[in-house]
Amino acid sequence: MMRSILLAVLALFAAGAALPARAQIEVDVTQGALQPLPIAIPAMTGAPVGADISRVISGNLDRSGLFRPLDPNSFIEKDLNIAVQPRFADWKLINAQALVNGNVTVEEGGRLRVDFRLWDIYSEQQLLGLQFTSTPENWRRVAHKISDAIYERLTGEKGYFDTRVVFVAESGPKLNRVRRLAIMDQDGANPSYLTNGSSMVMTPRFSPNSQEITYMQMRPDGSSIYLLNLETTRQERLGSFPGMVFAPRFSPDGSKVAFSVERGGNSDIYVMDLRSRSSTRLTADPGIDTSPAFSPDGSRIVFNSDRGGTPQLYVMNADGSGVRRISAGGGRYTTPVWSPRGDLIAFTKQAGGQFSIGVMSPDGGGERILTASYLDEGPTWAPNGRVLMFFRETPGGSPRLWTVDVSGRVLRPAPYQGSGSDPAWSPILD
Amino acid sequence: MTITRRHAESAAKLALVLTAAASLAACQSRPKPQGPVAPTPSGPTAPDSGPTGPSTPGPVTSGVIPGSQADLAQSAGDRVFFDLDQYNLRSDATQTLDAQAQWLQRYRNAQVRVEGNADERGTREYNLALGARRASAVREYLASQGVSPSRMSTISYGKDRPIAGGSDEESHQQNRNAHTAIVSGQ
Repeated sequence: MMRSILLAVLALFAAGAALPARAQIEVDVTQGALQPLPIAIPAMTGAPVGADISRVISGNLDRSGLFRPLDPNSFIEKDLNIAVQPRFADWKLINAQALVNGNVTVEEGGRLRVDFRLWDIYSEQQLLGLQFTSTPENWRRVAHKISDAIYERLTGEKGYFDTRVVFVAESGPKLNRVRRLAIMDQDGANPSYLTNGSSMVMTPRFSPNSQEITYMQMRPDGSSIYLLNLETTRQERLGSFPGMVFAPRFSPDGSKVAFSVERGGNSDIYVMDLRSRSSTRLTADPGIDTSPAFSPDGSRIVFNSDRGGTPQLYVMNADGSGVRRISAGGGRYTTPVWSPRGDLIAFTKQAGGQFSIGVMSPDGGGERILTASYLDEGPTWAPNGRVLMFFRETPGGSPRLWTVDVSGRVLRPAPYQGSGSDPAWSPILD
Repeated sequence: MTITRRHAESAAKLALVLTAAASLAACQSRPKPQGPVAPTPSGPTAPDSGPTGPSTPGPVTSGVIPGSQADLAQSAGDRVFFDLDQYNLRSDATQTLDAQAQWLQRYRNAQVRVEGNADERGTREYNLALGARRASAVREYLASQGVSPSRMSTISYGKDRPIAGGSDEESHQQNRNAHTAIVSGQ
């Protein structure tokens, strides 16, 4: 009996999934949080971890600013069963537009199985019905994958919740800061240190497969760039240039690293082929050329240079040819980062005594300023190109991680309690 | 009469401008290095200045070790300062560096590392490059004053090793500097 209902419901899911988007709920990512979508996410039934999974999903959707998870105390229907349709009228009454329910079971052999459904309350349709299995300690990743599925179904955009962030964890007083590389889940969970703080580190960046990071570390007589394998924790210095070597960034295919080398006070951009370890110099200008970032197709590099007097953004071909300025002036532009979608370049802008995070199109048009404060610096894109993380420092304070969406409307502290800077967002994990 | 008043007004304005300029100049004039202070009496409190009372047991003088970092800091100054976003050497900087060069001629075994620094009003990577420019400018100047380039290395800490913790212009000025650190031979 039970089994046949479940099968019937599964068939319904399949039909629902094949339906074209009709008069269903939709969330517009580009407009930001004008009216976040009210969504009900009751604790999943079954194993106790179900409530934790629901809490993580709720936190993810809430932080996106596109959804407003409703207070569970307001829920009328309490005895939700994954195998039967919810009582839509009960959810309409509390103005929920979507409902996420699910059930968690521990299978033979100890594997965790999570079934969940996403319902459109007003059209009384099921929008998603998915099942995930994993090891029990991986329950957070399951919650992130469910969050991504919901986000994608309701916004039409890829999610960004099953991701990690590598950053510089800062501690100690301003005049004697300790800086350690650290990594955490996108929602601040599972933070751990990757270096011990004995040398100053900066600007970590993920490789495209999220398995390695490249970063800068001080040496007694300069600085070098390194590769760190996150699984083996093996660390390897890249190149043996004298002086300062800094600002490393992977190419989108992971085969190269672009970076800056300083010689006699002048900084230029180089690129290293990781297989042959041979380096090519891309710029040869007396100005400061640094903070390179590849376009998602790898064909171009955006960087900042003060060759024109103040730091501005320039784009060149990946072989160093065809350099042209894209920022229009009226401020100092640094740390450009190409969106994974290719449509925007995010940057730090200094103007009028304030620092801002902004975006412009790759040809320099359509500049929009998203934030402003005493110090906002170093944007990094979520893999869907809709959210940026950066760090903010108040006068005399220590830096904190923040996020802002591309509309500029959803600005909030990132869910990490400590002091951090130089965040870099991973791609979606496999 | 109108003319006189106008004159008076513009004179007053001029005076204001001059005062502003003077205070600006005061702001930008050579700041006192903060950071570590050598444990040596100096200046107005020095015991050998001015009349002393009836002599009591023989004075014990203390001093820095000749050729040490503290000696460099005291006798020449081990830090020079820069204007906002600049790396050209101001006259107060070249004065200090002339003294550093003389000191380095005296202590010929000393190897130094010139450490460039920037204030917090810039992004990390750009300021790292800016600090490197400052360190390089100091190294080149010292070389032009006869200090062998082989005795000098450079490094930049960008904005990440401030010596003043405030977020006011005075602290920012302090943090725009190049520090000459003795790494061996002291």
